Amino acid sequence: MTQWERFLDTFFNVGVLTRYAPDILAGVWVTVQLSLLIVVVGIGLGTLLAMLRAYRIRLLSLSIVVFADVFRAIPPLVLILLAFFGLPNAGLFLSSFVVLFLVLTLTLAAFAEEIIWAGITSVDRGQWEAARSTGISFTGTLVWVVMPQALRVAIPPMTNRAIAITKMTALGTVIGVPDILNQATTAQSFSGNASPLMLAAIAYVLLFLPLVILARWLESRFSWRKA
Amino acid sequence: MDQLIEQFFNVEIMVASWPMILQGLGMTLLICLAVIPMGLAGGLLAALGSAAKSRLIRWPVIALVDFFRAIPPLVLLIFVYAGLPFAGMQLSPFTAVVIAFFLNNSAYYGEIFRAGIQSVGYGQSEAARSTGLSAPQTLAYVVLPQAVRNVLPDLLSNTIEVIKLTSLASVVSLGEMLHAADMARSITYNASPIVLAALVYLVLLWPLVRGVSRFGRSLNTG
Repeated sequence: MTQWERFLDTFFNVGVLTRYAPDILAGVWVTVQLSLLIVVVGIGLGTLLAMLRAYRIRLLSLSIVVFADVFRAIPPLVLILLAFFGLPNAGLFLSSFVVLFLVLTLTLAAFAEEIIWAGITSVDRGQWEAARSTGISFTGTLVWVVMPQALRVAIPPMTNRAIAITKMTALGTVIGVPDILNQATTAQSFSGNASPLMLAAIAYVLLFLPLVILARWLESRFSWRKA
Repeated sequence: MDQLIEQFFNVEIMVASWPMILQGLGMTLLICLAVIPMGLAGGLLAALGSAAKSRLIRWPVIALVDFFRAIPPLVLLIFVYAGLPFAGMQLSPFTAVVIAFFLNNSAYYGEIFRAGIQSVGYGQSEAARSTGLSAPQTLAYVVLPQAVRNVLPDLLSNTIEVIKLTSLASVVSLGEMLHAADMARSITYNASPIVLAALVYLVLLWPLVRGVSRFGRSLNTG
């Protein structure tokens, strides 16, 4: 066998690829489902928290800040292991899917809250004052005047963060979520061949590359940081 | 409630596992020490490549950067650690971690540096060149200082992510802090060591996380 043939046989073995492609495809479905759930619930929760913080109720705002700081400072893998191995001994049994979903959703919510809050504070005071003086309530001003402007500023960083956190679904492998990476490592140890890992890498690139390119486009379109 | 405290905040177990965790923290810091400067250097090169005038340089660099931003770091790490041995490249866990994170971090730092370089007006380079500075001098003394200043919050925020990312090294059995805590957990059958590790991360990173929030806001309003 030449070098090249050996390389192909190791990383692009057709037999192994066709044998395990269905498993990896099943993993793709799990990854996509999880990612969508995390993005929708995480950004929704983060937006809600940022809006609540706008009311400036001292104790509530403080709790939100502490939540956001804690989930931004602790690595998600630490929280995943903590929840997955710790909670059962305390009598709470959660499936690995639920643990992964909860940890990543709360992590995304923490970042989303900070991003949207930065957006809210970037809206000029005059906007608030003008809206309130026309008789719109505080909540009405927040929802109809401030949030649309805050969200616009938040779109590029939010896209980048959402991509970074949905990519972390691969961490589920460690606790046995049957995602792309998990299927691939299982297939790799059964087949004794690296092709499933290559296929997994290709699957991730196909899933996330369009999003990375979208984020790049959004950044150039909505960028406000011009010298 | 007692059960929760017993399971998560068992002081006795925390004290007993502290030496292990401290040793793990040493490895975590060692990984950071290797990976952060390498990522910054790689990122700077990637940024210069993706801002190059020649398409022959620019397009391949942008493609590489996007490729490594699309692949989850854990996938990259497992590929390097468990995939490359099939091709006859046996790497130690530490080397695998450094290679995988170098590729991942360079892509992320690269994007940040690129945004910074683009935020410096082109007139700055022209003015610098017209005073007789060479192109590398212009870059080093005029463009980069302003570029870095403009993206300092993003650089800091990415560095926090890099530090958090080192916890993935536990997956390939490199004895960093999370790995040490998880070992202690499996010995004691109690989650307190992981809580302790989480607290150490919190103490280390909270000031940085606060800094990012402050920093971002002052730039927004300024």
